[in-house]
Amino acid sequence: MTARPIETRAVGAHHDRVDGPLKVSGHARYAVEHGPDEGVSEHLTAWLVGAPVARGRVLRVDATQALATAGVVSVVDHESARRLDDTGEQGDGELAILQDDRFHYRGQIVAIVLAESAEAAREGARLVHVHVEAGDHVADLDSDEAELYAPEEVNAGHETDWSDGDVEAARAGATVVVEGDYSTPYEHNNPLEPHAATAHWDGEVLTVWDSTQAVHAVASTLAPMLGLEVEQVRVRAPHVGGGFGSKGLPHSPEVAAALAAMAVPGRWVRLAVTRQQMFAMTGYRSQSRSRIRLAAEPDGRLLAIEHDAVAPSAAVKEFVEQTATISRMMYAAPARRTTHRAAALDINVSSWMRAPGEMPGAFATEVAMDELAVACDVDPIDLRLRNEPATDPETGNPWNDRRLVECLEQGAERFGWSGRSPEPRTTTDGDWLVGTGVAAATYPTLWMPGNGARIESRTGGRYAVGIGAVDIGTGARTVLQQIAADALDVPVSAIDLAIGDTSLPAATVAGGSSGTGSWGTAIVQTAQQFRADHGPEPAPGLHTQTTTESYPDMAGHALHSFGAVFAEVRVDRWTGEVRVSRLHGTYSVGRIVNPMTARSQLLGGLLMGLSAALHEEGVRDPRFGHVVTQDLATYHVAAHADVPPDLDARWLEESDTLSTPFGGRGIGEIGIVGTAAAIANAAWHATGVRVRDLPVTADAFL
Amino acid sequence: MKELTYVRATSAAEAVEAVTGDPRAQYLGGGTNLTDHLKLGITTPEVLVDVSRLPLDTVEDTGTGLRIGAAVRNSDLAAHPVVRSDFPALSRALLAGASGQIRNQATTAGNLLQRTRCVYFQDPTTPCNKREPGSGCSAIEGYGRYNAVLGASEACVAVHPSDMAVAMSALDAQVVVLGAEGERRIPLEDLHRLPGRHPERDTTLAHGELITAVELSRSGAARTSTYEKARDRASYAFALVSVAAALELDGDRVADIRIAWGGAAHKPWRARTAEDLLRDGPLDEQRVRDAVAEELRAAATGPDSDYKVAMLTGITARALVRLSEATS
Repeated sequence: MTARPIETRAVGAHHDRVDGPLKVSGHARYAVEHGPDEGVSEHLTAWLVGAPVARGRVLRVDATQALATAGVVSVVDHESARRLDDTGEQGDGELAILQDDRFHYRGQIVAIVLAESAEAAREGARLVHVHVEAGDHVADLDSDEAELYAPEEVNAGHETDWSDGDVEAARAGATVVVEGDYSTPYEHNNPLEPHAATAHWDGEVLTVWDSTQAVHAVASTLAPMLGLEVEQVRVRAPHVGGGFGSKGLPHSPEVAAALAAMAVPGRWVRLAVTRQQMFAMTGYRSQSRSRIRLAAEPDGRLLAIEHDAVAPSAAVKEFVEQTATISRMMYAAPARRTTHRAAALDINVSSWMRAPGEMPGAFATEVAMDELAVACDVDPIDLRLRNEPATDPETGNPWNDRRLVECLEQGAERFGWSGRSPEPRTTTDGDWLVGTGVAAATYPTLWMPGNGARIESRTGGRYAVGIGAVDIGTGARTVLQQIAADALDVPVSAIDLAIGDTSLPAATVAGGSSGTGSWGTAIVQTAQQFRADHGPEPAPGLHTQTTTESYPDMAGHALHSFGAVFAEVRVDRWTGEVRVSRLHGTYSVGRIVNPMTARSQLLGGLLMGLSAALHEEGVRDPRFGHVVTQDLATYHVAAHADVPPDLDARWLEESDTLSTPFGGRGIGEIGIVGTAAAIANAAWHATGVRVRDLPVTADAFL
Repeated sequence: MKELTYVRATSAAEAVEAVTGDPRAQYLGGGTNLTDHLKLGITTPEVLVDVSRLPLDTVEDTGTGLRIGAAVRNSDLAAHPVVRSDFPALSRALLAGASGQIRNQATTAGNLLQRTRCVYFQDPTTPCNKREPGSGCSAIEGYGRYNAVLGASEACVAVHPSDMAVAMSALDAQVVVLGAEGERRIPLEDLHRLPGRHPERDTTLAHGELITAVELSRSGAARTSTYEKARDRASYAFALVSVAAALELDGDRVADIRIAWGGAAHKPWRARTAEDLLRDGPLDEQRVRDAVAEELRAAATGPDSDYKVAMLTGITARALVRLSEATS
């Protein structure tokens, strides 16, 4: 059977985080905090040694001094590391560490030091001398040697190029053409908990406590590489200190933890990467460059949309963000062209970061829309209303329930948008130039098949619900209990939920805003099957396990969430410093499962968008090839004082059972989408200076 | 692991003796900078002489001013009532720096002796003349947003990161130093040095010399002083540029003026040319801008740092205009 829509009671109601007390009291165990009471005793600490230059060959890993250091037990290098059997279908150059003498980016793992303490391991790593033969490298998109190519596809399987209609003719016939180059810098996810693992190899089973967004993906990735059956890899992640996409896919430190554990069978190994190493080893958002051309009628109605995106990609493993896909569906236009090109550079491997594609894409397109509004002398909200597509321009499918207009209108009402002067630099408050801006947001409803759930009746009317989902701090553990309760028609307090363990039924990633919807559907489907199997009052010990293959109600629809972001920005007229004083988001995201955790997700997304707008910039020094702003003192993320005094997230009351049986859609990513554009647009309104490159910093206004 | 000898000094003289005679020894104050360096491998001392618990943790009112013990914590100094009333630039500078937790830990002398946060200095995998003399300067052709624009050399373009030191420079602080030969006083302005050919040397102190106190003198200008800091985020960030300014007006005439800049140079930059141009005349925004332009004639900027000229001009004008409005 497949899941059918459920009646909701607990879903939609406030429910305290079930793991809140554990976390605020410091008792929640993270990946390298498991101790003797969980079988982790006398562990070794692993410390990673990175390649000292951007490309080349290791001639020799001289571990003499390191091994002479008290407490250092072993140094694993490309000669001594276990051989990997299989590194994925195309050979995964990111994960295939220590397999030969070549390295492909600065900071790539070339040795692992194992020691009796973290201090000894760090000192040992400092004393490992890696002798290399350096090759030439190219680490700059602007280099003459950086050649652009068209990837076969871009992230999430999107088509590289997609066009519709005659763009050239449409542009030639247009009265208004707005054209611009927009860029976003390297951005780094920087969850508070670094990538970390505690691993143990007993000769049969590799056991890993991991900081990951997907325990089953870690097991199914590591097992074939290590020549093991997937059942021989047990991965657990009871608590994860944030991921933002960077823990969605296994990265090289996880392979290092496995290789380290296998180098010392029978001993536990703890590995936590340093903050600096996170900038090299654990994924990040690539730079993006978007060339946008909007051709329109005098009233702003679009005739053509062109979005050509360019990004660097690691030579050792391709990852190309789907920056231009937002332009395929966001607005109506009879003609459009979207392309992605990449350049393979000798740099570390980029990956997922909150709203890959939509985040950089919306920065470009939503600033361009603001520029079009100015060019047409149309209010930016009216401009968007005039370009509402009746159906999805990309697929022609009907929308599930596109309510962007209501988000814009309700947001405008609440923000106090009406009466805004269209002219820039018209409002001051003391030494501040003040402006307001708006941008639209969207995120697709991603639903992952292949989620399993197991439900077992217990005594006293209780139910054990198991699924290998992971709560990375979002509140998944709480909301899945709410969904399970409604699906079984019992109180939330009757649910005993187990997650974060590969011994539970397989689950997909806590990513792509797909977790709650995909896992929740599996729980609903299993609950409905359980009731069909065992009735409303089952004896204790009865169980049902199912795996989802589809949620049929979604077929034939274009499933997306929408939102509108409003910002008030202040620019100091003496120093150019930029601050955000108001930030509002209004969202159409289906039914909200838990208003408390949902609000945190949306506010967190807005703040991460603010952080991208004003602060975050990974600066890669092309001479060396690595990101030199590699700590939180030099890679700024928004801190408390940057949080706008008026920060607010609201949502439309709605239920979307086309997307999930409980009516909700994902909310993890949409908050970051469009936010940087709203802030940049407000900064233009405050100053008259149009910034098309993130981050928006003081020097632009001096 | 690396063995470290830790010594908790019981007197300043004992500490000086311990460090002076041992080139592998370093002082440990609050440790907010040094422990980072130990982890990153920027410095590898073998002996740490802890001076944070010496009886140098009081602020003494001498009648003519304050004598601030070297071990006074930044938080305590910022909150001291006399600092707040008579030397507001110092209190504001301290509160503009770091975070509450770090200010609770960091000491007065440690703040003065903290080292640059230039990304290349902090990264032992890249050349840096300050960290490894003769290896080259990565910042000149590299990431330059925080680079010095005044007084830099071909060997180093790092800036001194302290906010507190900038305020103390404008307040004409004296630094009390104990060495093997006894005690000496040096103007704060002469404590830090420009990089020249020896950027590895941040200060004019000899190895083993210990800062025991900082002395401030009361003045009308000090009482009307302020500290303003420009930064990309609203807290917990080093200055893009900053200004400490002190002003005493006699009617419309500038009777006393001190201007010091942070984020500009390898040391707190005392803008004496600008001070001289403004002293004895009226004070208005344009005169400040003109005077700052003269001071900045010597500025050398790169593509990443040229904004600092306009920002120093703007922030200095803002600080002095506000001070003049507050005093008149």
